[in-house]
Amino acid sequence: MANNDERLRRTMMFVPGNNPAMVKDAGIYGADSIMFDLEDAVSMAEKDAARDLVYEALQSQDYGDAELVVRINGADTPYYANDVKAMVKAGVDVIRLPKTESAGMIHDLEKDVLAAEKQFGREEGSTHLMAAIESAKGVLNAPEIAAASDRMIGIALSAEDYTTDMKTHHYPDGAELSFARNMVLHAARAAGIAAFDTVFTNMDDTEGFYRETRYIHQLGFDGKSLVNPRQIAMVNKVYEPTQKEIENAKNVINAIEEAKMKGSGVISMNGQMVDRPVVMRAQRVMKLAKASNLLDEEGNYIEK
Amino acid sequence: MKNSVNRDLPDDLMNKLNYEGFKTTDIGQPTVQRVAPKVRVTTGDDKVVDSIETVVKKTVRDGMTISFHHHFRNGDFVFNKVMRIIIDAGIKNLTLAPSSLTGVMNDIVIEAIKKGTITNITSSGMRGSLGDFVSHGGLKNPVIFRSHGNRARAIEHGDIKIDVAFLGVPNADKLGNANGMEGDAVFGSLGYALMDAQYANNVVLLTDNIMPYPNTPASIKQTQVDYVVKVDKVGDPDKIGSGATRFTKDPKELKIASMVNDVIVNSPYFKDGFSFQTGSGGAALAVTRYLRQAMIDNQIKASFALGGITKPTTDLLEEGLVRRVMDVQDFDKGAAESMHHNPNQQEIDASWYADPDNKGAMVDQLDVVILSALEIDTGFNVNVMTGSDGVIRGAVGGHQDAATAKLTIISAPLVRGRIATVVPKVTTNVTPGDSVDVLVTEYGIAINPKRQDLVKAFAHLPGVPVYSIEELQQMAEAKVGKPKPLEFTDRTVALVEYRDGTIIDAIHEVKD
Amino acid sequence: MEIKQTAVAGTLESSDIQIMLSKGNHGIEIDLESDVKKQFGDQIISVITTTLKKFGIENAKVKAVDKGALDCVIKARTIAVAQRALKTTDQPAWEVL
Repeated sequence: MANNDERLRRTMMFVPGNNPAMVKDAGIYGADSIMFDLEDAVSMAEKDAARDLVYEALQSQDYGDAELVVRINGADTPYYANDVKAMVKAGVDVIRLPKTESAGMIHDLEKDVLAAEKQFGREEGSTHLMAAIESAKGVLNAPEIAAASDRMIGIALSAEDYTTDMKTHHYPDGAELSFARNMVLHAARAAGIAAFDTVFTNMDDTEGFYRETRYIHQLGFDGKSLVNPRQIAMVNKVYEPTQKEIENAKNVINAIEEAKMKGSGVISMNGQMVDRPVVMRAQRVMKLAKASNLLDEEGNYIEK
Repeated sequence: MKNSVNRDLPDDLMNKLNYEGFKTTDIGQPTVQRVAPKVRVTTGDDKVVDSIETVVKKTVRDGMTISFHHHFRNGDFVFNKVMRIIIDAGIKNLTLAPSSLTGVMNDIVIEAIKKGTITNITSSGMRGSLGDFVSHGGLKNPVIFRSHGNRARAIEHGDIKIDVAFLGVPNADKLGNANGMEGDAVFGSLGYALMDAQYANNVVLLTDNIMPYPNTPASIKQTQVDYVVKVDKVGDPDKIGSGATRFTKDPKELKIASMVNDVIVNSPYFKDGFSFQTGSGGAALAVTRYLRQAMIDNQIKASFALGGITKPTTDLLEEGLVRRVMDVQDFDKGAAESMHHNPNQQEIDASWYADPDNKGAMVDQLDVVILSALEIDTGFNVNVMTGSDGVIRGAVGGHQDAATAKLTIISAPLVRGRIATVVPKVTTNVTPGDSVDVLVTEYGIAINPKRQDLVKAFAHLPGVPVYSIEELQQMAEAKVGKPKPLEFTDRTVALVEYRDGTIIDAIHEVKD
Repeated sequence: MEIKQTAVAGTLESSDIQIMLSKGNHGIEIDLESDVKKQFGDQIISVITTTLKKFGIENAKVKAVDKGALDCVIKARTIAVAQRALKTTDQPAWEVL
């Protein structure tokens, strides 16, 4: 796995790679990750132009702290090789491989990325990878895919192709995705990488979007792929910790500080030992609270 | 000479037209003298005239000042009908003094200028081919741009002496009792036209809908009207709406709107009984919707909503979230219909709305206003008049007037296409930075340093990054690059008055 | 490098620029249409010219219709149209990117 930095990845916003207005404005909505799409959102005739556009935008535009991801075209297309090279040269944070079905596909991509890093003088290992799972085979192989490379930072479920492969379609209640979601999530957790849920495309169904987001939040997904910037605030709202969670977390953090000051290896709070999962959860809550603008400069909860 | 906002003004014109340069946004408490119109005494039985030709022959002479209102916006048929006859009658040297000029009037105004029919214009604004024509020196005398409140002031002072007002209305009786609410081409409030009806020496109503006498409610009264002309159609109902009445789905506009809402809700003015003006345009409608939710969540009700009214605002009235709507114009059919049925939606004239030389205008009581900008500079001065190419394509509207609100928010994207909105110096200064408090862009806000109370109030607003206006200007420039400076000739094609009648800026002929 | 065919890249959408490149004999001749020509015309022409020259294109007719594109978009569209005109789309010019 690429990193243990527990970066927040609540929102991965899709941006059509050949649309200058959207590419240029992608940074203003506060998405944790921005995914420029060279694949499905770009017609065959414009693959080259989209690649050039995303490349130049990555060179010149300020996207703030967002993690920059590019969905390249699949290895079975004539665009794949140049997509990989161009995006490695551009220094993108993450390359997302569509329709991933096996660890072998990631291994191949890893080789191509390494070759490109050497060719363009980029630091070896600096380009991270993620896989989109879009078929039954991909779902069943999710554990080996997630663990296929040290460069992997996440896997994402893509429901459109997957439900077609399963001879069904996307229902509002998502029952047909239940196995895939859990499989992808477990694969991610076992490999120590992030798990992204699929997109929700009906912009008019706000309630449905909240329902689905609350559900995947409950399951434990890091976040969701998004088709519209308007969805970012809604996802962040679902991932917002409660005041009680924040206060608890703050106590844990204080206990850690105290233990450090005492030089004690054992962290205790209210006379009880605090174990590692509690510490990790507390750190994540504080990170979420900060990202949700719920903390003041001293790290205290802001009453809304 | 230079005025207090450091704009170069042409000495010759300033002297010739007896103007003073802008000094301050503070109106003070002078005592002023108003004028009164001439009255052609009649019992009223001779008012109905069979044709526009006849009434033009009776009323219009060379050198006069004629006026129109722009409540029909791009659905206006009256302006073209009347101007056609005036041009064909060979009348010369008129001053055109409408409340504003809309695109549908452009062609005939240009024709009238070319033929010498019109030699002077005062208006709130102009757009499209007419703005282009004037900016390229098409009119010899400078256009005088005035805000809606200032037009009312200028009429009351006699700076604008209207000889004949041609006012289209969707209904009128034979003596001239009329309103804007009933008929085919309804537009709701007659706010701007009420000034003309009250102060013009001759008032001509044009309508396609003669009502039984007496016609009520009467916004324009028979005591004011000289002639009533029946025409086929006064306007196209489908084109009266300002167009921007749908809730925007543009994520950038929504982002700005949501930040505007955050600024309002976290300001000291957001409390029970506050008042606001939001205007039209996609982002403004979105603000109204966000504001509605915030009012419900915080159990706060507004005392009044002001200005140009849209359906989302009248919906707040229906819901009881706003106690009164003070309505000088309606931007859509919904708002116009609401005025007809809801007694709490009060029609107000331009003087009541915004005239600075008054015993109190509504804008003086306004807490929060959201205004737009073509450009805003690092001194918070706002341009709503000239485009990035220096060509006239806007209107003062109520901008300067409403900016007297306690919290004036300018809502604008940091850049539009390749054009920066936040600039080192505005092309034309319309609303002085002294009356602007906060700029909201999609990247964050900037607070006028004169408002340290607001700097404090907005210092830690979640999700609302605060920048200095200089920082925003530099961000914009980093995105689009540094534009080549525009080139103008020495010739002045328009003067922009501040609402007190002083000159805030001059607009020059563009060099192409 | 010789232009092999007339090519087009980019769209007429807002923030984009559509560039048509064809053979020419008198250096790089650019016909630019843009709402921001007064302020940014020189800059737009300079980005197009510089980029074409990096491809070794010395003679070409360029018809550009700009809709408020930023420099990075102008450069990207010029690269795309140049490679299409040179029929080298499959071999990206890494030294130009």
